[in-house]
Amino acid sequence: MNEPDIRLAVIKALRKIAPEANLDQIPSDENLREALDIDSFDFLNLLIGLHEELNVEIPESDYGKLRTLADLVSYLSDRLK
Amino acid sequence: MPSLGADMEEGTLIEWSVKPGDRVKRGDIIGVVRTEKADIEVEVYHDGVVDQLLAKAGETLPVGAVIAVIREEGEAVQATPSVPAPIPPTARLRVSPLARRMAQELGVDLGHVQGTGPQAEITKDDVERAAAALKKAPAEKPAAPDVRTGMRRAIAAAMARSNREIPHYYLETKIDLQRTLKFLEAENQKRSVKDRLLSVVVLIKAVAQALHDVPELNAYWVDDQLQLKEAVHIGFAISLRQGGLVVPAILDADRKSLDELMQALRDLITRARSGRLRSSEITDATVTITNLGDLGVETVHGVIYPPQVALVGFGRIIESPWAENGMLGIRPVVSATLAGDHRATDGHRGAQFLTALNQHLQEPEKL
Repeated sequence: MNEPDIRLAVIKALRKIAPEANLDQIPSDENLREALDIDSFDFLNLLIGLHEELNVEIPESDYGKLRTLADLVSYLSDRLK
Repeated sequence: MPSLGADMEEGTLIEWSVKPGDRVKRGDIIGVVRTEKADIEVEVYHDGVVDQLLAKAGETLPVGAVIAVIREEGEAVQATPSVPAPIPPTARLRVSPLARRMAQELGVDLGHVQGTGPQAEITKDDVERAAAALKKAPAEKPAAPDVRTGMRRAIAAAMARSNREIPHYYLETKIDLQRTLKFLEAENQKRSVKDRLLSVVVLIKAVAQALHDVPELNAYWVDDQLQLKEAVHIGFAISLRQGGLVVPAILDADRKSLDELMQALRDLITRARSGRLRSSEITDATVTITNLGDLGVETVHGVIYPPQVALVGFGRIIESPWAENGMLGIRPVVSATLAGDHRATDGHRGAQFLTALNQHLQEPEKL
């Protein structure tokens, strides 16, 4: 899976937890928790959505690496290689 | 019309989900009532047979009005109780939850929208028309934010009552969460992502256990008397994405395992955010927890929801210097606060509660 496809999958998972947000306009380097008002419950749901979409289990120890859209896309690209 | 919170004065019947002659049992949903905060599924509290449905869909009635008659099996059919006249639609701004969300998104001031729904309720179509009109003729100055939404009014009423009636006292303690988080980390390593536990679940369970140690905080203050509550129903403050918050209860939190609590919390948050809460969840909380740690807040000084007598607040978990047994280290530390009703308890019992909370969090494997 290439990076644009992964980005689409992330946007799809984000849309489920922040349906009111204009996700196409979120800068790749913006902190997602702050930009979308995501709490820890939403974040867990995001990870569940990504697991369902991409079949990737993200360990708790990696949560800190996943602050922005760019972080997520890059992390998932590495895991899906 | 059931009272679905200390702030509720009236409600609008949206629909019945039963009909006369239907058998119902305790816990069944019999209809949906719209409050200023949300649409709530109304449960029945006794087994029986639906005798009469007195309120009609779209009617707004004061709290306490008889909206239906449910008789026990074998009981004689009752005479029709009188129903108060519906409240005139001009008294308050009526807005459907969807229309309210749309108005916020589209920047429409609901105070200037003419409602065309039942009892002049402002509907989605009304908001769309107003938004289109705004586009055609932009206002000379930006529209003032809509501060009259039902949600804010309801919160304002409850909080004003609390501040007016309850002499609050506040206590705070710092709790070392190293053992708790290590326990959680080990538990979550064994689990798939969809079964993982959030740290707040452990905090909720520890509060529930500590309330067994200091039961005076799991209580109501009614008619100048403290009424202890046997069941521990923990109200959990949930912020809504469209603004405002609701505080539904996790029922019997003390009797649930951590996995059951996580499941209950997930279910509650999902339904709160999609407007599908049940009446017992809105009315039955015996104590409230508010957790603002996700937002970076260090310490929470909350306002008690009457008739409850306590609110427990948690802030962000912060790595802090921590001295123990003469050794200085870095530990994950959370600030736990208790807002107590001084009519019901004093600082001494409040302090014992926070001590008990700390002790339970030091033995997470027993939770």
